[in-house]
Amino acid sequence: MKRRKLSPMRKWGWLFLGPVVIAFAIGFVWPFCQGIYLSFCKFTLIRDAKFNGISNYIDAFKDASFMHAFWYTALFAVVSLVLINVLAFTVAYLLTQGIRGSNIFRTVFFMPNLIGGIVLGYIWSMIFDGILSRLNTSILLETRYGFWGLIILMLWQQIGYMMIIYIAGLQAVPEDMLEAARIDGASKWQTLWRVTIPNVMPSITICVFLSLTNGFKLFDQNLALNGGGQPFQQMADGSVVKTTEMLALNIYNTFYGTNSAARGTAQAKAVIFFVLVAGLGLAQLAYTRKKEVQQ
Amino acid sequence: MTKRRENALKAEKRRKAVMSVVLTVICIIYVLPVVSVAVNSFKQNTYVKTDTFALPNSETSAGFDNFIKGMTFGNYPFWKSVVYSFVITVASTALIVLFTSMAAWYIARVNSKFCKAVYYLCVFSMVVPFQMVMYTLSKTADTLKLNTPWTIPVVYLGFGAGLAIFMFVGFVKSIPLEIEEAASIDGCGPVKTFFSVVFPMLRPTMISVGILEIMWVWNDYLLPCLVLDLNKYRTIPIHIQYLKGSYGTVDLGATMALIFLSIVPVIVFYLLCQKYIIKGVAAGAVKG
Repeated sequence: MKRRKLSPMRKWGWLFLGPVVIAFAIGFVWPFCQGIYLSFCKFTLIRDAKFNGISNYIDAFKDASFMHAFWYTALFAVVSLVLINVLAFTVAYLLTQGIRGSNIFRTVFFMPNLIGGIVLGYIWSMIFDGILSRLNTSILLETRYGFWGLIILMLWQQIGYMMIIYIAGLQAVPEDMLEAARIDGASKWQTLWRVTIPNVMPSITICVFLSLTNGFKLFDQNLALNGGGQPFQQMADGSVVKTTEMLALNIYNTFYGTNSAARGTAQAKAVIFFVLVAGLGLAQLAYTRKKEVQQ
Repeated sequence: MTKRRENALKAEKRRKAVMSVVLTVICIIYVLPVVSVAVNSFKQNTYVKTDTFALPNSETSAGFDNFIKGMTFGNYPFWKSVVYSFVITVASTALIVLFTSMAAWYIARVNSKFCKAVYYLCVFSMVVPFQMVMYTLSKTADTLKLNTPWTIPVVYLGFGAGLAIFMFVGFVKSIPLEIEEAASIDGCGPVKTFFSVVFPMLRPTMISVGILEIMWVWNDYLLPCLVLDLNKYRTIPIHIQYLKGSYGTVDLGATMALIFLSIVPVIVFYLLCQKYIIKGVAAGAVKG
């Protein structure tokens, strides 16, 4: 029975799978494979690529700007992760307490998510420069302004997003558990820590990983708000480090900067970046799997 | 006893009212950035930086000059970038929803090695950052002439297929097979079964996927910037980046006018489809 049903379907496989497979090959598989190959080559154009082993990777790790971008990105990702999740959870918790106007608040908090990164960056650069120009400085002149400015921007954008996930989690907490805690005389605080939070652990895991990978992959906002990574800093060996440049932007600047001979290094950096981000993604998958088994 | 309970209830009510006020204040602060864009789009260039947080007055106001100037600003007509953004977003979303739902149904129903390979590759592609493929992808797209607004949807279909397939496959697996078996007993071929039976049932996921793709493609900057032929075609984010990122003096007033114009349709869209957007985002996020 099953075989007879499936065979006419397979005849149409080219129609159902064809478009996606072709586009997927063009848009992902081929560029990905070529990207891996080119990371072991010296090239300025794909045509003149010459194999040169792992020297691109050595160059990438020796590059002061790349290492700076790595630590800067890691710091940014961790700080934004903590702040986003604490604030988003607090907001979500308040909005599920039956406060008047909760729906309107939710609508407003989510709104910034629909505005694109480039536009967001320029909106906030206007606001920060409006404030900082009074102190005769600019967000492009000091690293700490650039860092905290980007943090504020990301909070404004991401709190609403994570809040939605937390609200979904909070609404799924079984009512009878909360009821039982109330009858047993637990305070609000105890109920929150002992009943609510353990029950929304899956949402917390998702949000933590999402904000971590978002932090690592950040590009548009970094490009727009920090003017491509300003301010610059001259290193002892004469090289220039852009102090607010994050990993994705560093890769972009290496690819499309003035030195086209560095494209091999840029592709190697991109592979390292991919391994890092994919590692985080897989860790999330493994972690959520484990949780699901336990439940 | 009842008195104590009454008091407790009253205190609870009061606390909620206070929270409501606090949240209202936070909400007002939350929309201020958008409001300040609107306000500053009516100011003359030099005053945007010095009087950012004041309303325009007779001295600083530029009337609608910024909007008129903005239309031809940066040696590129703004309306063109709006049209291209629109074309690319609509075409890409339509392609993705149609073709990935077809592929996902096939993958979920046919148990072959090839299907499994495609599925796992799609899942894998979700964790690959764009920077990994950006250079080679832009070269490939260039060679294949995918560098126009009418052909770039193919690139979006390729790079964006992962999440869409993942979401559709998850949903198809929850549809009972009996419905399709009944259709095939009634003499429907696979194509007819899909389009007249399965396709309508996929509506909720289609809306979620569609919303996620619209939000992604409309706001995307780097992919179209690297793939499109920028002398001829620019999308709204590319246009705005060119205005601000270019050398020489930047007309902040006109830039704010264009940013304002580009936010308004997005906010209208959001207010109209809010329910679906929030649902779609929640559905997409759970899977990462």
